[in-house]
Amino acid sequence: MSIENPAPDHGAHEDEGRRDFLFLTAAAFGAVGAGSVAWPFIDQMNPAADTVALSTTEVDLTPIEAGQAITVMWQGKPVFIRRRTPEEINSAETTDISTLRDPQTDESRVKKPEWLVLVGICTHLGCVPQGQKSTDVKGEYGGWFCPCHGSHYDTSGRIRKGPAPKNLAVPKYEFLADTKILIG
Amino acid sequence: MGSTERKAFDNPVIEWVDSRLPIFTMMQKEYGVFPTPKNFNYFWNFGAIAMVMLVTMIVTGIVLAMHYNPSTAGAFDSVERIMRDVKHGWMLRYLHANGASFFFMAVYIHIFRGLYYGSYKKPRELLWILGMVIFLLMMATGFMGYVLPWGQMSFWGATVITNLFSAIPLVGDSIVTLLWGGFSVDNPTLNRFFALHYLLPFVIFAVVFLHVWALHVTGSNNPLGIDVKTPQDTLPFHPYYTMKDTFGVLVFLIIYAAFTFFMPNALGHPDNYIEANPLVTPAHIVPEWYFLPFYAILRAITFDLNIYLAGAGAIGAVLVHQYCWVKTPDQRIASKIKPIIAVAIVLAIPGALLAFFKDVSFLKPVIEFIPFQSLSLMPAKLGGVLAMFGSIAVLFLLPFIDSHPVRSARFRPWFRMSVYVLLAVFVVLGVCGSKPAEGFWVPLAQVTTLYYFGFFLALLPWLNNNEPVQRVPGSIHEAVMSMPKSVLVALLAIGLVAFAPTQAFAKADKESAPVEKAEAATVDAEKTVTPAEGQEGSGEEHASQSEHSAPPAAGEEHGAATDGHHAPELPKQDWHFKGAFGSYDRAALQRGFQVYKQVCAACHGMKRVAYRNLSALGYTEDQIKSVAAEYTFMDGPDDEGEMFERPGKPSDHFKSPYLNDNQAKASNNGALPPDLSLIVKARVGGPDYLYAILTGYETAPAGTELAAGQYWNKYMAGNKIAMPAPLLEGAVAYEDGSPTTVDQYARDVTQFLAWASEPEMEERKQTGIKVIIFLAVFAFLMYRVKKKIWEKAH
Repeated sequence: MSIENPAPDHGAHEDEGRRDFLFLTAAAFGAVGAGSVAWPFIDQMNPAADTVALSTTEVDLTPIEAGQAITVMWQGKPVFIRRRTPEEINSAETTDISTLRDPQTDESRVKKPEWLVLVGICTHLGCVPQGQKSTDVKGEYGGWFCPCHGSHYDTSGRIRKGPAPKNLAVPKYEFLADTKILIG
Repeated sequence: MGSTERKAFDNPVIEWVDSRLPIFTMMQKEYGVFPTPKNFNYFWNFGAIAMVMLVTMIVTGIVLAMHYNPSTAGAFDSVERIMRDVKHGWMLRYLHANGASFFFMAVYIHIFRGLYYGSYKKPRELLWILGMVIFLLMMATGFMGYVLPWGQMSFWGATVITNLFSAIPLVGDSIVTLLWGGFSVDNPTLNRFFALHYLLPFVIFAVVFLHVWALHVTGSNNPLGIDVKTPQDTLPFHPYYTMKDTFGVLVFLIIYAAFTFFMPNALGHPDNYIEANPLVTPAHIVPEWYFLPFYAILRAITFDLNIYLAGAGAIGAVLVHQYCWVKTPDQRIASKIKPIIAVAIVLAIPGALLAFFKDVSFLKPVIEFIPFQSLSLMPAKLGGVLAMFGSIAVLFLLPFIDSHPVRSARFRPWFRMSVYVLLAVFVVLGVCGSKPAEGFWVPLAQVTTLYYFGFFLALLPWLNNNEPVQRVPGSIHEAVMSMPKSVLVALLAIGLVAFAPTQAFAKADKESAPVEKAEAATVDAEKTVTPAEGQEGSGEEHASQSEHSAPPAAGEEHGAATDGHHAPELPKQDWHFKGAFGSYDRAALQRGFQVYKQVCAACHGMKRVAYRNLSALGYTEDQIKSVAAEYTFMDGPDDEGEMFERPGKPSDHFKSPYLNDNQAKASNNGALPPDLSLIVKARVGGPDYLYAILTGYETAPAGTELAAGQYWNKYMAGNKIAMPAPLLEGAVAYEDGSPTTVDQYARDVTQFLAWASEPEMEERKQTGIKVIIFLAVFAFLMYRVKKKIWEKAH
């Protein structure tokens, strides 16, 4: 409380500079330390190694008839696999992409026109659209319809009407055989 | 602090907030300019250190809870998942587990400082009591936290500690059932322990707030124990003590980091890497080191309170009251003191004979003559529990017992000596608590327990009346001017550094414990087991004996027949992964994996290791895929609802040779081949033990009876082992030209298993080196900063 400041002497300036440097270095160490400690505490929330290791799914396509669709689970999300009819392929391919909100050709969204593979999550707010079962409402464009907020997707999974901003996402997948795919 | 007395801040945002909620004013008052005695030594750092540890525990605990699964089926697995798969999980868990120890260490030093310098005395009684409440809450929290990993020690610790309450007459058993939520420690118990373990730290935090509040009302005590008289006696808390505390905290953190990164299991028990098994108790149950003194007091009461002892005790209590608590004893008692003592002795002799010497054979005929010996006023069990709780209760009463006008032990030579003895007694009790409750340790624990209570209930009151009041310095300022500062700095360094090895030694003692039980003659040899030499050797040295001498009836361990005799000293091997810079030898790991795959895997599973983990051994992705594909896994159901077989994938865990434990036992003469994922961490001696067992097969000495399916092994506790010698010369063909000898196989597979137990080891040590270098440089800087700032004060 009652610290008598030492009387300023000749070396005071130089001394002050050295002192400031010391204080700043120490403060910098504190900041760097706090930052490096914070990182593991945040990063631990990222997917763990076992979770990452499970991120592929193999699907056998043999049982799916033309016009049918199946839903499989990949990374905890539904993946839609639809075996499209020639009419569906046709309507998807002939759509004028300049009229689309998220312009993409059908060709760029499939590996084989017959098979459409999509992440079954509406790009609006994450609901699962309807249209997988034969009894489902498929929306005005014959693809999928999201009942949450009324987004319509076409037979290529592209957004045509409603609030969703993007087309249904196409996951990374490859054909292991003619009727077998590996998602992820 | 009303807003009228508030001084405005320059920063408009701070001012805006502060004029509505004067939090900045408060911070400045309590932590900025707060007048603090200027003569603190480094013992005064431990409050801040304890606070840092509390925050560390809460933060690491919250992130661990994000991955922990509080169910008996999932707890152990989820902890292993944290260790192996969760990002930085091993670090978070080791920080938390070792953090508990270091939190207690800081708090014990903090309490001792309060005791030594009389910080509990008027006007700080409530401050001390709040501190004791924190200590009690910490004990509850620490105990419940230790249960959560659901290892063997967790389970049996929980069983033993909850059973303490069964000592309460009449309602004891109902209370225990209530605590368990069932009829044994089980899923409901684990669930509630987790809930409370998450809650209590926040309660602690709240009480810490009250503790600090109370401190800021009375102000701090100081090493002289005299009151602050003039402003000259004090310094503003900031920057003087903020900087000094930061330096102290950093030094403490260096030791904490050394344990966390280089010997993370040194303060734990290997048994806790064995999943909880309600059918088998480890032979030697010990609590965490920070409970050992109290555990020793619990076990010191081995006798029922017979009527003679009660009579002698009652007379003793009257005498203690008259001659210690009261300044001059009552004349009626003083005049008859000789006959009173005579009566007490006459009662004490049969009392002591019954209580302490019942098993001494040559006294048996004498003891038989004592009448009413079956009359017991209190069973030993209740006595032990009362003594244990009483040992904490006296700490609460301390401010009201010690009424000597001088605070600091510095000016109370008699008190100082008694406190040093108390410290020694506390440490000895800790050692007793870590030993099996038999032989020499029992009377030692009893004598030290007597001193512990005697200190508080007889010695302190006597000192009140008899210790001369020395002249104390007139003021802090006056005393500081003549104090050798460097002595205090040295004291801190010694205190901090000395404390860590003490723990390791206490552990080393623990390790040799089961051996002593077995054979006194080998005790000396056993004691040479060195403590904490690099992390591998450290934590793992003391449970295997206990494990293997578990009742054979349970049949859970490979050692089907164990009689607890003779466990020869394990020869120390030179491992590539020892020491602070040790790493795994990739070639040895690959060879070890080959040995495991071709030999061990016939009977032993390794369910915590996945094929993908083999990349750490240096295998490529394709190699791993083909290794995994060698195994067939059952999967499904498919679309038709059928289970189907498929080849293994890298994400699969090592396939177990048996479908379940029962099949494994049935195929192995009733002995369960243990899963090897954690075997190195779960055995005393770790890799040395494994190597010794693998190479310790010999022909049984003449006269040894071996049952069918039993083999003789030099290093197995009891020498009888159910596993036939697994390694045969030339059985595994190495591709790299390494010798195909049993010795080489044993070394390689042990290294592989060490990796399986601690896949994070290399990353851990590398991180540790960085952390410690950083902390050391930072601490050095802070020391310079602190000195620079304190220059002004002197």
